[in-house]
This record gives sequence, C-alpha cells and structure tokens, in this order.
Amino acid sequence: MNDPLNLVLFSGTDDKLQAAAVLTAGAAALGKPVNVFLQYWALDAFRANRIDGDHGLAPEAGAAGRDAVDGLRAAGQASWAETLRQAKELGGVDIEACSLSMDLLHLDPSDLDPLVDGVEGVTAFYLNAGEGQVVFI
Amino acid sequence: MTLQIHQQVDARGLSCPMPIVKTAQAFKAVPSGALIEVLATDPGSVKDFAAWSRTTGHELIEQTADGGVYRFVLRRK
Repeated sequence: MNDPLNLVLFSGTDDKLQAAAVLTAGAAALGKPVNVFLQYWALDAFRANRIDGDHGLAPEAGAAGRDAVDGLRAAGQASWAETLRQAKELGGVDIEACSLSMDLLHLDPSDLDPLVDGVEGVTAFYLNAGEGQVVFI
Repeated sequence: MTLQIHQQVDARGLSCPMPIVKTAQAFKAVPSGALIEVLATDPGSVKDFAAWSRTTGHELIEQTADGGVYRFVLRRK
C-alpha cells in the first residue's frame, strides 16, 4: 500500500485534470504518497496566471459533456486546482514540472502556481516512482 | 449512552473525494481515540468510508442514512 502512486499528467483540459485531482486526493486521504509529473499541456494549465481559468474539455465531451461538467460545478464541486490544494494539505503529495516541458513552453519556475513543488527530469521522476504504478493521463 | 463527538465534519453537498479528504484533514488534528462525526450526501461515501476505515485503521463505529444524508462516526486509532 505504501508504494507511491505516480501520475503523469499530459492533457491540459479541465475534465482530465479533475480526474487526476480526484485520484490524487483519494490516495492522499489513504496515506499513500503521490508523485505528480506535469508534462506538455498539463504543465501549461498550472501557470499561476491561468490555473483557475477555463481549460476546456477533452473532444469526446461534446456539448452534453460540457453541460454535465458545468452542472457539477454549479452544484458546488471543487475545481481540480482546489482539490489538489486540499490533497496537498494532507501531505505526501509532490507535484513536479517536467524540465523538457518547461523548455517547450518557455516557462520559468516563477511562472508556475505554488502547487508545483519544483522542476525535475524524467530520471528523477522514475527514481521517486520506485515500485509504484505509473498512470498516464 | 450518547457518544462524545469530538468534532463534526459537514461534507453535505460535497462530491467525491472531498468528504474523505475533509475527514482525513480533521483526523490529523484530533487526539487518538477521539470520535469524529461526518455528514455526507455523496452516495459513494458509503463504500468510501468503509474502505478508508479498513485502510487507515480508524474504526467506523456507527453508520446511518436518513433522507439522503449519510452519517458516519469514526474513532481515531
């Protein structure tokens, strides 16, 4: 149980980030360490100046999916960023930006939301992942 | 005998996984043996609190449902 859960976030749409945040918070509540590695468009969504903005939905959502997601939010569902903040309060959650994606997006660590703990390469990610599962979202 | 509730977590209206997250946060701040009462409306919370209790070792000592509100009493290990 105490092998970490390792989430690689690639997609930057709100639905996929919400699913990832739920997986993170659930594991953290069980005392399971979680390593989150942010790549490409997921990393872009963690910019400090746009983390709480609208990042769209995956193409398969369609118009009905948009309505469903909006309905859940209107009913008071916490955003993915807020869910991650709550998960980090429990401890054991480490969120790292992929250094290659930082170059790709011309980002400086100061551009990122404080949810992000640091920048690392893929080797450090695998070292921290240990024997835990790696999930790509 | 009435249970001595140390703290209540009102998670009514919150969707998964926030009822568990709020409860886990509350448990970090109470002493061993303390009882926490949780109110939730998320139907998934019934199985989630059972699983959380088994995994963390915090005992689920009462569980009731009334009009769509689920109530759980858990004891910190």
